[in-house]
Amino acid sequence: MMKVEVEEKKASVSPKFRKRLLLGLTYLSLAFFAFVAVLPLVSVLITSLKTNEEYATTNVMSLPQKINIANFADAFKTANMGVAFLNSTIILVFVLAISTLLGTQLAYVLNRFKFKGNGLIRNLFLFATLLPGIAMQVSVYEIMTNLHLINHLYGYIILMCGTDIISIYVYIQFFENIPISLDESGIMDGAGYFRVYWSILLPLLKPAIVTSCILKGVGTYNEYYCANLYLQDKTRFATVATSLYTFVGPLGSQYNMICAGVIISLLPALIVFITCQNQIYSGLTSGAVKG
Amino acid sequence: MADISKAKKADAGEFWDWFTSRKVQRIFITICFMLIPLVLLFTFTYLPFAKMVGFSFYKMKYIGERKFVGLKNYIKVFTEPEYFSTLKLSVFYMVGSLVQLVISLYLATVLSFKLKGGNVFKGFMFFPYLINGIAVGFIFKFFFTRGFVLDSVLTACGFQLDNLPYWLRDIKVNNWSLVGTSVWRYFGQNMVLFIGAIVSVDGELYEAAMLDGCNRFQQFMYIILPNIRTVLILNVILSITGSLSAFEPPYVITSGANGTATYFVKMHEVAHTSQKVGQASAMAVVLLLIIFLATFLQKFAFKYFVFRRAEDWDK
Repeated sequence: MMKVEVEEKKASVSPKFRKRLLLGLTYLSLAFFAFVAVLPLVSVLITSLKTNEEYATTNVMSLPQKINIANFADAFKTANMGVAFLNSTIILVFVLAISTLLGTQLAYVLNRFKFKGNGLIRNLFLFATLLPGIAMQVSVYEIMTNLHLINHLYGYIILMCGTDIISIYVYIQFFENIPISLDESGIMDGAGYFRVYWSILLPLLKPAIVTSCILKGVGTYNEYYCANLYLQDKTRFATVATSLYTFVGPLGSQYNMICAGVIISLLPALIVFITCQNQIYSGLTSGAVKG
Repeated sequence: MADISKAKKADAGEFWDWFTSRKVQRIFITICFMLIPLVLLFTFTYLPFAKMVGFSFYKMKYIGERKFVGLKNYIKVFTEPEYFSTLKLSVFYMVGSLVQLVISLYLATVLSFKLKGGNVFKGFMFFPYLINGIAVGFIFKFFFTRGFVLDSVLTACGFQLDNLPYWLRDIKVNNWSLVGTSVWRYFGQNMVLFIGAIVSVDGELYEAAMLDGCNRFQQFMYIILPNIRTVLILNVILSITGSLSAFEPPYVITSGANGTATYFVKMHEVAHTSQKVGQASAMAVVLLLIIFLATFLQKFAFKYFVFRRAEDWDK
């Protein structure tokens, strides 16, 4: 909007100057929003590098005199993050493996076979996304109790595997682009349907699998509400996200250590983001356009 | 004897033929591949949904006796101000999400054209979306603390610390502060969605528009906006329903203190702190109905106003 006003005002100025001014303003606005996005994170990083004394005496935005990494070790130990990383890794491996298998199999059946109820099943999954997840935990909690799934890693893993519609849509979309003649030639050669799925189609799905695993992985790694509710024994079953709860309460004002803990917890997401930026973007987009 | 064994063999062969026939194989694999996902969907989505609706007619805790109370829980949701009035807070979040849509639409338009360093900006703005909720809570408790990050930046800009409010405690501003954190977290993600939609618009349209002498703003109004309307409408609907069920910012930052408890935060408290399971279920069902109604009304409204106008543009 800003741009337009400027354009109208400067209509008499030479076009080259106008173009430059426009570009300058564009960059200025981009820089502003980037600053807003990064400021909270930078302040956390700065504070995490300060000693207790420095934290108590200096302004939060002043740079630390010396890089001091003791806070990271403290936070790691206090929040028992070793166990938390182990738990999160176990959860991630199982959730990703199982939900990839279930999701691709479901998408294979829904895309390749026409049968009564195909549309109904798609709609059942679609409608499920409309139900507010957190509100339903009231009754999910009772079901989890009856199934004896509370306070077990496998219970949480099973809950998290409930395949989400977005990855199923990504897979279905991908299947649509794989010619059905490929299936048929496999069957001509004597392969069963499972062989066709496993040896022919699954390898071709790899890009879609990578994309949805990254998204599902980040989501699972960051999930804290159900982890807090269903993995109540925080000494044994804390995940990285819930291990940060350690800092609530008496430690609540020791921000240099808390900030270090926060930084540790978001490092894996940062690494994944830097290495797989484009897959994350395309995964989000393809999920949203169809879903 | 020989005859019987022969017959048996034939039977087995028939069974095998039947079993390996294309049609049976197809049914078999369909059932195998769908069984677990459907069981999971049923157990963790539809069964709890049905149970929740059932709970809402009872006075009950997780353990112990249950008493049927009819519509009493529902009546309470609408008549006791501590429940229903919390829905007013969603207006804050709606305003926030509209601001967020405008910001991310602007950024997406700018960034979807070739621009030096565009990817770096995009990365910075998107990253907050990937941070876990608890960490976001700590980051902003720290950010808004008296004399800390926000206050330092504002004093550096010339504001007096004494004139600045307590961002999370002052009832006049604290909901805006929380809405701000939600905008901070999601504007980059919205932007990426819009970029995806804008990039998929046929590039020739822009060239044609350039030749006709359109400026950037006209391009935006007449090419980009009509072409991405599906994604845009989807996001408007999502942001309204999201505002009605706003939960995370108050839950992790203020725990709902000082008048920041949204409907969902209140419901969480009723369900898990005071363990009034029936009451919480009624609240959930009411919210669900409101969300359905809002979605339906919006779809209707968009169909009859926005699409009509967009079709006019297409001509």
